[in-house]
Amino acid sequence: MHDLVRPTLSAPIPSIGVRIEGARLTYGGVRLFDGLDFALEGGRCTCLLGPSGVGKTTLLRLIAGLADPEPPTKLIAEDGGPLEGRVAYMAQQDLLLPWLGALDNVLLGPRLRGEAIGAAVVDRARGLLDAVGLGDRLRARPSELSGGMRQRVALARTLMEDRPIVLMDEPFSALDAITRLRLQEMAARLLAGKTVLLVTHDPLEALRIGHRIHVMAGQPAEIGPAISPEGTPPRPPDDPALLARQAELLRRLAS
Amino acid sequence: MIGRVFRPMVTAVVLIAAWQALVWGTGVPRFILPDPAWVAVALYERAGTIGFHALFTIGEILGGLALGIVLGAVTALTLSYFRPARRWLMPVLVFSQAIPVFALAPLLVLWMGYGMASKIAMATLIIYFPVTSAFFDGLRRTEPGWLDLARTMGGSRWSTLLRIRLPAALPAFASGLRVATAVAPIGAVVGEWVGASAGLGYLMLHANGRMQVDLMFAALLTLAVISVALYFAVDALLRRALPWQPDKNPNDERD
Repeated sequence: MHDLVRPTLSAPIPSIGVRIEGARLTYGGVRLFDGLDFALEGGRCTCLLGPSGVGKTTLLRLIAGLADPEPPTKLIAEDGGPLEGRVAYMAQQDLLLPWLGALDNVLLGPRLRGEAIGAAVVDRARGLLDAVGLGDRLRARPSELSGGMRQRVALARTLMEDRPIVLMDEPFSALDAITRLRLQEMAARLLAGKTVLLVTHDPLEALRIGHRIHVMAGQPAEIGPAISPEGTPPRPPDDPALLARQAELLRRLAS
Repeated sequence: MIGRVFRPMVTAVVLIAAWQALVWGTGVPRFILPDPAWVAVALYERAGTIGFHALFTIGEILGGLALGIVLGAVTALTLSYFRPARRWLMPVLVFSQAIPVFALAPLLVLWMGYGMASKIAMATLIIYFPVTSAFFDGLRRTEPGWLDLARTMGGSRWSTLLRIRLPAALPAFASGLRVATAVAPIGAVVGEWVGASAGLGYLMLHANGRMQVDLMFAALLTLAVISVALYFAVDALLRRALPWQPDKNPNDERD
């Protein structure tokens, strides 16, 4: 089954970088950020760390097209095309529909777009569930699955969209430590080659799966320079270099 | 399991005993309050008549239910899909509830005659609002995360309604249906009281006029059994149709 999946998973879709220029956000009369510039490198995983309420999620929602940009915010895909229709979104909650089984939840995107659900599409969905280790729970409803399993179905659903840009908003923060480590590894493996923005408040998570890590802090918020840890993700959580970096990141977050 | 059958039976026996004691204790004549045994005799001896009239009432209840549910569901969907409909129809709908439906019964009989049509209309009217408001409320309260997801997936408004908002609103719709099932018999019987040539309500009025209070009680009992049976049937059907709904409220058994 894995071999069946691999060609579709790692199909050479051209990676697209994304830039945000002069982003401004006013929320309840308070300027959360103003004149903010930020870039997602194409085909790389960018992690955005920061305390809650700093505007990370809003920034992600802006790119996802879920929040209307306040002028003069500019959103640019580096190949000049539109962002709409090229972004997949994964949230902290699994957002699985409780009345559908795992397979039908993964097939939600094609169904919503009114695409024909042929055998090839179903096979791909099956393959993705197989890749996240749930190939034997195709009919299981979300209520029959554990939190980690549900988030794995959500990951499969995100991959099913097959979009070049993937936006993840604290996707693993509701999970226990061990499950989280496993899922980070799985996500890093399956999302390789895509342009990923991962919003998180866990420095270790960022260090494990990010190519570039930014810290967002202050009011109005600013985004610090990129940290690029050595090695390729997913990095082992017990790497001493990584732990040293974690201490540094924690210091930056605390200041 | 035993408790579910045993407890209602004990309750019934106690109630019947209390009824009997009241008749013995006060010594009221049979044409004012017959004792349970006389009602049982009337039920047995006039079974044919009661059955004949019961069929009419059942037909009216089911007709009213079907019509009221369909109309209510269509209204709720229209209100939630079309913004202008919401603006223009909502006040009308709320205002219409200020008119006591029972006051319309004589008018309905005048317009639609003594047959079943006026009773079905009455039951429909009484069901319409609870179904509409419960379903509409359910359609409005869709989990915002699901709608975000649908938006990034490129789902149209229509397919989002069909695939997400509608199924998500089904539990709310179901509670509207339960209320409707409970009040539908009231509509039918009120219609029969105002003017009819058949039906349990008609039979009760008729028996009352001739001091056949035992027959009246027998008809009332039949009506109660029909209503309760209908309610439990609908409830069981809804539970089967919506298996992802948690069956029991964990707070139910606590106090």
